[in-house]
Amino acid sequence: MSKPIVATASLAGCFGCHMSLLDIDDRILKLIELVEFNKSPIDDIKTFTKHCDIGLIEGGVCNTENLHVLKDFRNNCKILISVGECAIMGGLPAMRNGISVRECLEEAYINGVTVGENKKKIMPNDEEIPIITDKVYPLHEIVKIDYYLPGCPPRADLLWQAVVALVTGDELNIPYELIKFD
Amino acid sequence: MKEKIISIIETYGKTPERLMDILISVQEEFRCVSEEAVSLIASELGISEADVNQTKTFYHFFTTNPVGKYSVYLNNSAVSGMMGVAEVADEFEKQAGINFGQTSPDGLISLHYTPCIGMNDQEPAALINSLVFTELNREKVRKIVADMRDGKTVESMVDEYGDGNNAHPLLKAMVKNNIRKPGPVCLGEYEVGKGINKAMSMEPKAVIEEVKSSNLRGRGGAGFPAGLKWQFCAQEKGDRYVLCNADEGEPGTFKDRVLLTERAPMVFEGMIIAGWALDAKEGIIYLRYEYRYMLEFLNSVLDDLRNKNLLGKNILGKGFDFDIRIQLGAGAYVCGEESALVESAEGKRGEPRNRPPFPVQKGYLDKPSIINNVETFCSAVKIVENGGKWYKEMGTEESTGTKLLSISGDCKKPGVYEVEWGMTIKEMLDMVEAKTTQAVQVAGPSGTCVPPSQFDRQIAIEDLNTGGSMIVIGEDRDLIKDVVLNFMEFFEDESCGSCITCRSFNMILRKQVQRVVDGKAIKPDLDNMLEWGKIMQNTSRCGLGQTAANPIATTITNFRDLYELRVKDVEFQSDFDLEKAIAESCEAVGRPPHVHE
Repeated sequence: MSKPIVATASLAGCFGCHMSLLDIDDRILKLIELVEFNKSPIDDIKTFTKHCDIGLIEGGVCNTENLHVLKDFRNNCKILISVGECAIMGGLPAMRNGISVRECLEEAYINGVTVGENKKKIMPNDEEIPIITDKVYPLHEIVKIDYYLPGCPPRADLLWQAVVALVTGDELNIPYELIKFD
Repeated sequence: MKEKIISIIETYGKTPERLMDILISVQEEFRCVSEEAVSLIASELGISEADVNQTKTFYHFFTTNPVGKYSVYLNNSAVSGMMGVAEVADEFEKQAGINFGQTSPDGLISLHYTPCIGMNDQEPAALINSLVFTELNREKVRKIVADMRDGKTVESMVDEYGDGNNAHPLLKAMVKNNIRKPGPVCLGEYEVGKGINKAMSMEPKAVIEEVKSSNLRGRGGAGFPAGLKWQFCAQEKGDRYVLCNADEGEPGTFKDRVLLTERAPMVFEGMIIAGWALDAKEGIIYLRYEYRYMLEFLNSVLDDLRNKNLLGKNILGKGFDFDIRIQLGAGAYVCGEESALVESAEGKRGEPRNRPPFPVQKGYLDKPSIINNVETFCSAVKIVENGGKWYKEMGTEESTGTKLLSISGDCKKPGVYEVEWGMTIKEMLDMVEAKTTQAVQVAGPSGTCVPPSQFDRQIAIEDLNTGGSMIVIGEDRDLIKDVVLNFMEFFEDESCGSCITCRSFNMILRKQVQRVVDGKAIKPDLDNMLEWGKIMQNTSRCGLGQTAANPIATTITNFRDLYELRVKDVEFQSDFDLEKAIAESCEAVGRPPHVHE
């Protein structure tokens, strides 16, 4: 039997959840025995080459590229998991959600104190650049999400146990400490 | 303004514990509590402006901007909705030329919504400058607004008085008692002072034993044994306080209104007896602001009792000093929760406390305190008069005695009924002459929505417990829209915001019910709502959050088909609208709103 295939991506996140995944330390050797990685920053495969069993996504959706990647994952993964606060609720990037996107762009490119000279008040508008969405969306508002792993980032042990439980079919046993954050 | 506010503060002894009274007086005097007033109060009381503001902003009858010379607070609770509040609201808006939430430019009229004002048996009803106007309709509204424009006083706009004490010179209210069925305890024969005389001929401990022997359980809804509460408090050291919870805010209950109108001396007598039993010096009755119209009347009843030497110094010549003051609330449902009530009576935000310590250990001013319902105190008077054994013969094994039911909604005879515990819902419906009943909402929004298949269940603490609210919902009502959605809007507004789940889940759940009503929800949403409700129940500090999901949970359980008719049978749907999501940013940077897929 071939190994289950895993894909991962970071959308509007900070890669902290991926760092947490690397925090499983030497268990990463066991992990590559258990699963095969496809599209993921971990092996640098840029596009899906196979249909995957598990997709792990950190970060919410803040632009059209995120949206594209998310839909691509939904289409290519049997099980899709929201990993971490930003994927689940928008997280830190969603702090802009109470502010209009125009105001955000103007602050970033025209009015902000760290903006250099921009006399013509230009804002990036090249067609190649992803379009910023009106707010940051959690993943489940856009596609169906099967599981959620909370945390900022989710603890390495939680990620490890969740992935192992999924691929082995064993019951997931989460000690309270793994999902207690205060 | 300054002199007036300073004199108000001095009236209340210049203490922060009386901040509620100070704010109420300022609001009534100036129709608002302005920022200047807040500064002044803070500096006079020696507390920070934040302290004043946090109390001020907690209660919905305090406003920063002036309300109209005539402020209309129209009840928009579920039963008011059933009785046609939409038309009444529409007429107010038309006549006043403003929308709800607004004040007319000339400052004459302001329109506000408010949750249940304890008049469910005579809806639609409104408070205008804190006087009650009941059974409103378009014609009456036209007249009221015309009177306002003529500059009439609100008192003179009340042209007909209700029955009993409602016509008392100090009440002059159009409120009807609607006592449909008096019983042997609270609404039976009553003679002022008999209970106190009997109690004071007994040892305080014996009084507690008598109450314990009756098995009287708290009438506010939680059903804690009253005698035990008194005993626990009596065991604590320090000055003890007797508090009466007259903050009946559970939509649909109005029995305390009737008791306070017709049995005010009895309520106070119960407090005095408790005072004797606990060796307390001071009692406080926390009266919801919606019953502000009774304040002068109730104070006169207290004066009467003082004149009869049943209250005040050296009661009945036995060296027992006990006095009662009335503490007004200012519009906050959560203050009916006993520890929130204590906080409020101390002049603070009505946020429930963590327990333990329980109020019997550390209550008002951190002193041992009992807090009992109006009806509980009335029952205690009769128990002392006639003995616990007499009382115990009525009702069921676990729920002894009688219960006042406030019955409203789709029935011919809404009003107050004193019945023995143990009556079935079916018997109750026959009693109030209700026909074609779809459901009965037992114990208000925080209670249970009972379907016809369960109408043989008993009204009793061990089966269908209730603080008194009983809402009959007729067959032609839209249960989800008219009732469940209304209840969730209520909880969303009334959550004190202290616990995160109660603060946010009430909003999320209300939105979810709105989606069901709008036909936008999907099948998995139903089970999600049930799960989220459980989370809120398990993670909220007080009864509000613990029960706020009940309207949804009990209707999904008992009326699931009504929901399934309105939800889409799909596993997932997204409301994400790409076009809308990118419109603004494309316009801001000047590029065509086009996405390469």
